[in-house]
Amino acid sequence: MFQIRFFNRLNMSNLLQIKNLHAIVEGKEILKGIDLEVNKGEIHAIMGPNGSGKSTLASVLVGNPKFEVTRGSIIFNGKDMLDMSPEDRAREGLFLSFQYPVEIPGVSMVNFMRAAVNEQRKYRGEEPISANDFLKLMRGKRELLGMDSQLVSRSVNEGFSGGEKKRNEIFQMAMLNPLLSILDETDSGLDIDALRIVAAGVNKLHTPDNATIVITHYQRLLDYIQPDVVHVLYKGKIIKTDGPELALELEKKGYDWLINP
Amino acid sequence: MTEQQYIDLFETYREEIDRNSSDGFNKERQDAFETFGKIGFPTSKLEDYKHSNIARAFDTELGLNLRNIPIPVNPYDAFKCDVPNLSTFVYFLINERYYRKAQNPNSLPDGVFAGSMIDFSQQRPDIFNKYYARIADYSQNGVTAYNTMFAQDGFVLYVPENVVVEKPLQLINILRGGVDLNVNRRLLVIAEKNAQVKLLICDHTVDDVQFVVTQVTEIVAQEGAQVDFYELEENSEKVTRLSSLYAEQKENSCLVTSSITLHNGYTRNNYHFRLLGRYAEAHIGGLAICDKEQHVDNFAFIDHAVPHCTSNELFKYALQEKSTGVFCGKILVEKGAQKTQAYQNNRNLSTSSDAHMYSKPQLEIYADDVKCSHGLTTGQLDEEALFYLQARGIPEAEARMLLMVAFTKDVIDLVRIDTLRERLEYLVNKRFRGELLRCGNCNVADKKWI
Repeated sequence: MFQIRFFNRLNMSNLLQIKNLHAIVEGKEILKGIDLEVNKGEIHAIMGPNGSGKSTLASVLVGNPKFEVTRGSIIFNGKDMLDMSPEDRAREGLFLSFQYPVEIPGVSMVNFMRAAVNEQRKYRGEEPISANDFLKLMRGKRELLGMDSQLVSRSVNEGFSGGEKKRNEIFQMAMLNPLLSILDETDSGLDIDALRIVAAGVNKLHTPDNATIVITHYQRLLDYIQPDVVHVLYKGKIIKTDGPELALELEKKGYDWLINP
Repeated sequence: MTEQQYIDLFETYREEIDRNSSDGFNKERQDAFETFGKIGFPTSKLEDYKHSNIARAFDTELGLNLRNIPIPVNPYDAFKCDVPNLSTFVYFLINERYYRKAQNPNSLPDGVFAGSMIDFSQQRPDIFNKYYARIADYSQNGVTAYNTMFAQDGFVLYVPENVVVEKPLQLINILRGGVDLNVNRRLLVIAEKNAQVKLLICDHTVDDVQFVVTQVTEIVAQEGAQVDFYELEENSEKVTRLSSLYAEQKENSCLVTSSITLHNGYTRNNYHFRLLGRYAEAHIGGLAICDKEQHVDNFAFIDHAVPHCTSNELFKYALQEKSTGVFCGKILVEKGAQKTQAYQNNRNLSTSSDAHMYSKPQLEIYADDVKCSHGLTTGQLDEEALFYLQARGIPEAEARMLLMVAFTKDVIDLVRIDTLRERLEYLVNKRFRGELLRCGNCNVADKKWI
């Protein structure tokens, strides 16, 4: 079953290609040779025990300056990401749903989103969005995520609950319509209802032209967002890649059988 | 000695000083003169002036326009500010003198006085004498004594009992001169019982000479009065501004002040708040945005003399390049001033390793049932917030700008005039973008903010 799907997708256009990626933080090597390919239309899940490097991989992809890439390459949509600033990567269509979204007092959600949307348009050589269209866009995406109108009139994430913050990440994703979304433990801190709404939002945004990488500890999220491919990351390397049934197996057996075969 | 030339000047021109002022001013001069002779200008040897040497500002050749030689200026031209909304009440002080040709076609409510201090001292000596130089105690402060010695005119805003002035008033201070000048300006705001008034004061410099300005402001808020007093400094780098604001508040009164230093040279703002009646509230905001070698020193003293009063201070500094910020916040809770609530916050942002911030909270509490707190932080932009914005496609420089503007937001939010708040947000944004280098225009008046 997995084989058939896998081969079906071989001819699809490639979106992300990571080769032999090594990265360090504070002198310590966290990623030790990652190879990963993601095609348009796919959903990948990356699982693995704590400290295996999942969040580091997400951070490195979007260019967090805390991490230093020492070897390897990241090609996204045909472009070398390692030479690009975080903002350019974002405007090329990379999006990270942060595990811990930052509170930014004094910057309103509205101004933040308008700046982000317009920077993206500028990058593509388009005119700034009209006030009217922007408000319509905001309203539409807010409703998609079932977000309270109060939230978007406040400062970015300020005083948001854990669930509200995660929902806000997916709201931003909806606003920016990225080619590749990386959801870094978007399920953590969500109750089951919020999880359903967030997952439904992600599914609605999923098209044959974009792709999603879901980083998660638990099978639970994968009941709602069904991956095509599941990877297990351990000690900075992908040690196993398989179909969605791998997630179920991990849920039952844990990681031990993979780590100590 | 720096003071001697001013002492000599005063003695030589005493008669002319008197002749070009009024009895109300003149009767205070001798006392102020004697005090000044004793204490002189503050120097950095004094603990409260450790980072601002005031005497040095006077150690130069400065002219004083004691004979009231008319200074040719039409403030309406000088500011290209055609007073966009006729319901705005706009007044001007040209240096220390009230500008008598201000056009305010609408009249203020009955009994409200807004105008020359000389006029007020003559028309209402009973009220004037009760407050002038009484709220501003010059016995301890050499600059206030000096100002009282030389003060000849200024601006008075008087609001009688139960009168509510709905529209905010605006006073524009214009510095104008062909030679280096010392200007000694005086302001008096009196809100009688249950009166309400809002005043915005903008400081501007027209000429490219040195100005050393002393400004003494006296504010009285009687029982139940509400006073909003906002100051916006947009002076040139050649201006030394030495301001001392003295406020007295009676029972249930509320005073909101906010002083925004958008562009300046060398600034020292003193605040002396005395909460003298129960349930009085003071909200005090300060914001300084500095670059180059600009210097802003805010010194705030709040005296909780009676129980059940609230004071809330928020001072913020955004320092760039080689600028210097100084903050000293003293809170005194007197014995018996139970149930006092006093909060002080000083938050500073430094984006340069050459900028300096000196901050000192001082709380003296002699009552045992109070809520007092102070917070002080000086730091750089939040790198995580910066990355978060960048990760959404906002370029680093723009993201920094957004965060710097955001930093100022809570101080600006203290302003209780919606349109002014929006205008300030716009000006702060421009200031950070370096688009507000020198002020030929009054940036508030050229846009409808009323």
